[in-house]
Amino acid sequence: MTLIFGLITGTLFGVFLQQAEAIRFERQVGAMRLVDMTIVKYMLTTIVVGSIGIYLLRDLGMVEFAPRALSLGLQVVGGLLFGIGWAIIGYCPGTSIGALGEGRVGVIWPILGMLLGGIIFAFLYPAVQTYIAPIGAFGRLSVADVLGVSHWVVIGFLAVAAVALFRFFEKKGL
Amino acid sequence: MKFEAHHKPYVFGALSGVLLTLSVAIAGQFFGTSTTFPRAASGLVQLLGVDMSQIEFYTVGNGSNTLASFPNWQLLFVIGIGVGAFISAKLSGTFQVEKLPPMWVHRFGDSTRTRVLFSLVGGSLAMIGARMAGGCPSGHGVSGVSQLGLSSLLALAMFFVGGIVTARVLYKGGAA
Repeated sequence: MTLIFGLITGTLFGVFLQQAEAIRFERQVGAMRLVDMTIVKYMLTTIVVGSIGIYLLRDLGMVEFAPRALSLGLQVVGGLLFGIGWAIIGYCPGTSIGALGEGRVGVIWPILGMLLGGIIFAFLYPAVQTYIAPIGAFGRLSVADVLGVSHWVVIGFLAVAAVALFRFFEKKGL
Repeated sequence: MKFEAHHKPYVFGALSGVLLTLSVAIAGQFFGTSTTFPRAASGLVQLLGVDMSQIEFYTVGNGSNTLASFPNWQLLFVIGIGVGAFISAKLSGTFQVEKLPPMWVHRFGDSTRTRVLFSLVGGSLAMIGARMAGGCPSGHGVSGVSQLGLSSLLALAMFFVGGIVTARVLYKGGAA
């Protein structure tokens, strides 16, 4: 059943990503070149709606979750490396598969590159765990924990900030 | 459904947020894609007859980073993204076989060799980075930031910092 849910959820997500054109090379690189904010609009809307949804579920006692553990070393070094690679290939892991689905067959090279990266990472893993992971390791913290406020305050702020940003993008035609 | 083109990222972004909520409620699964790549890659290595089964990365979590974890929710989710994009592209007439992205060709020319070289280096960096950071734009960006995770917010910011700086270097002087 888990597998069927995975396939259904992925298929719907693929339809939404394709309709929003978020899987296009031009949209992804366009965002990084600060000329086309399509993926930022898409992603931020997903985050705002998603955060309201999952925190509602949690407040109703239906689910439990904790954010991924914070390690300044892992997220800063890994995040920057990802960003560099992302700008070069113009796709992220999920969107690369979507791009293949809509016929952009040239994405096979970035996909091969990411598979290669998966193997290289296996060799780097022990060193990463030993030397980078302990740098600034603070555990599973949420923004609300750190600020000592209700998660709804953070979500409210996020929503307002997103709308302000969207208005700015639309005004500038981004 | 009739709405203007520039509303699309908002409409489908909101639908994706609802989908995430339903997935968490019904299947207990947050979105994520990048771990599927090292898992699949471990299978390719096996096919080549190389035994890496004793490497720490493949022994942690009872082999959760190996082919042995297939099939699982995330693998089907990743396959689904391809299937959904295919259906959507076919139905909306936007399916198009394209060997190289036009923006890339405009800047770097139409040499496949150049694209392959950049893709292998860039793809490797992206996947090493994603696995190091603990997620990609779906796992950290969408799922993690929706949970208001500080780690995810930091990772997402770093994705864009690295991406914006690199795009500036790569496409400097190139026309939009």
